[in-house]
Amino acid sequence: MIRTLAWIVFILGGLYFLLPLVGMAEFSLRMRRGEYSLDAYRVVFADPNFWATFGYSLKLAVATIVFGVFLVMPTAYWVRLKLPQARPVVEFITLLPLVIPAIVIVFGYIRLYNTSSFLPLTGSAVGTDILLTMGYATLALPYMYRAVDTGLRTIDVATLTEAAQSLGAGWVTILGRVILPNVMAAVLSGAFLTLAIVMGEFTMAALLNRPAFGPFMQLMGANRAYEPPALAVIAFALTWGCMGLMQLATRFAKHERAKG
Amino acid sequence: MATRPSRIRPHLAWLGLLPFLAFALLFLILPTIKIVIGAFQAQGGGFTLQNFVELNTASNRSAYWTSIKLSFVTAALGCLVGFGMAAAVSFGGLPRFLRSPLLTFSGVASNFAGVPLAFAFIATLGPVGLITVWLRTEFGINLRAMGFNLLSYWGLVITYLFFQIPLMILIITPALDGLKREWREAAEVLGATGAQYWRMVALPILFPAILGTFALLFANAFGAVATAFALTGPQLNIVPIKLFAQIRGDVLGNPNLGYALAFGMILITAAANILYIWLRVRSERWLK
Repeated sequence: MIRTLAWIVFILGGLYFLLPLVGMAEFSLRMRRGEYSLDAYRVVFADPNFWATFGYSLKLAVATIVFGVFLVMPTAYWVRLKLPQARPVVEFITLLPLVIPAIVIVFGYIRLYNTSSFLPLTGSAVGTDILLTMGYATLALPYMYRAVDTGLRTIDVATLTEAAQSLGAGWVTILGRVILPNVMAAVLSGAFLTLAIVMGEFTMAALLNRPAFGPFMQLMGANRAYEPPALAVIAFALTWGCMGLMQLATRFAKHERAKG
Repeated sequence: MATRPSRIRPHLAWLGLLPFLAFALLFLILPTIKIVIGAFQAQGGGFTLQNFVELNTASNRSAYWTSIKLSFVTAALGCLVGFGMAAAVSFGGLPRFLRSPLLTFSGVASNFAGVPLAFAFIATLGPVGLITVWLRTEFGINLRAMGFNLLSYWGLVITYLFFQIPLMILIITPALDGLKREWREAAEVLGATGAQYWRMVALPILFPAILGTFALLFANAFGAVATAFALTGPQLNIVPIKLFAQIRGDVLGNPNLGYALAFGMILITAAANILYIWLRVRSERWLK
């Protein structure tokens, strides 16, 4: 009885998740009348704005990941090594982006960093890009911090640091050549999640008026019929790819630990 | 790991947190404080509660109410269905090989929110979507004539569930795994039936985790902009869409009303998350 019920729940749930995916894939193939074709994809890939916005978002994603790693790893390391009493404060701050909606944060940015403020970031394109990168780093902070901190938990930070120090290593060497390689898998898993978040992000980029992939997709959705589902298929594949790489990184970490 | 006495004096060690704290201050805390202060400021400066008085119009009240209903319903359904699916693979007797794909898929689907998700649902349940057309041609069922419209409140509910359910599955599966076999055996030895075990042992233990996830899902739906905006455009009257339009073009006719609108959002999601954090601390005591 329970098994039948379990199958029913699982199959109904599975249908709910599969049908929209089938729907978008099928719709994206319907551009040519009467037969299935890849025309919608051809149109999307021939659109220079697709490549421009995709490239822009990718660049920002890389910048966000690099900045996030430089920000989060030393902090999480330092908290574990020297300041365990600061842990509740730091963890609370890293959870704040889950509490404060992204639209509220970016609203604050627009009002705080406008052209007449102490830090007029929205005054120039580069400044706005920096602001948007910081915004993405904020959105990714809860996931990045947790990933890196979980990675640090599996290694003996204090002993590694002392060993490196007695061999004459400075802080940069310790972080870059001792700690980072040990938590690489965790850092990578945080990085791929960040990539997935940034590539599809709409609200911040739209309100800061930057030519990112999310606003581009929204614009297509408002004006075209067959290209949007094609974009959705591309975005889904991208998300799936990021999650797959993330799992690979996690599995790699377990493997390494089992060996050691 | 034993904590050892720090060689650096404690107040100097705090300097190591300076970059992080500066980042948090500049890009998280100050922007939020700016909103909170702005909500209590008159247009010329100076303290006022007038913004909240002006915010209290029928249209704004209805926006908050729709948003709260939307978040509540999608969080509740998300918890219910997500729990059902997680339980089905954990104890429903389904083959073990289904478990890992379900978790992987949940990871993907919970991140597949926003604009592309709206496209997927338009292609499926929209006026010329796969299911709409199929039902009409094969069974003569006209969804639109029956009053179903994807670009409406219930359309949003169905769409939001696509990321709400997987999030529940991701969070609750570890909690279900944390239920110890000994508890079930102990209950059975004492003569409990399966239903009694669930009602009197398992659910009370899981309850904080479920309610906590509910709070997280609530905040998750409450702050979502992109999915709703891509689905319905700017016309649907929910708070995040309204705030979006206000930031873009001051549709409320008073820039400080935007602060008040945003402040209301912070209050509501903060309340949901404080509940979440509190319940999580409670539930983790049992699931070690």
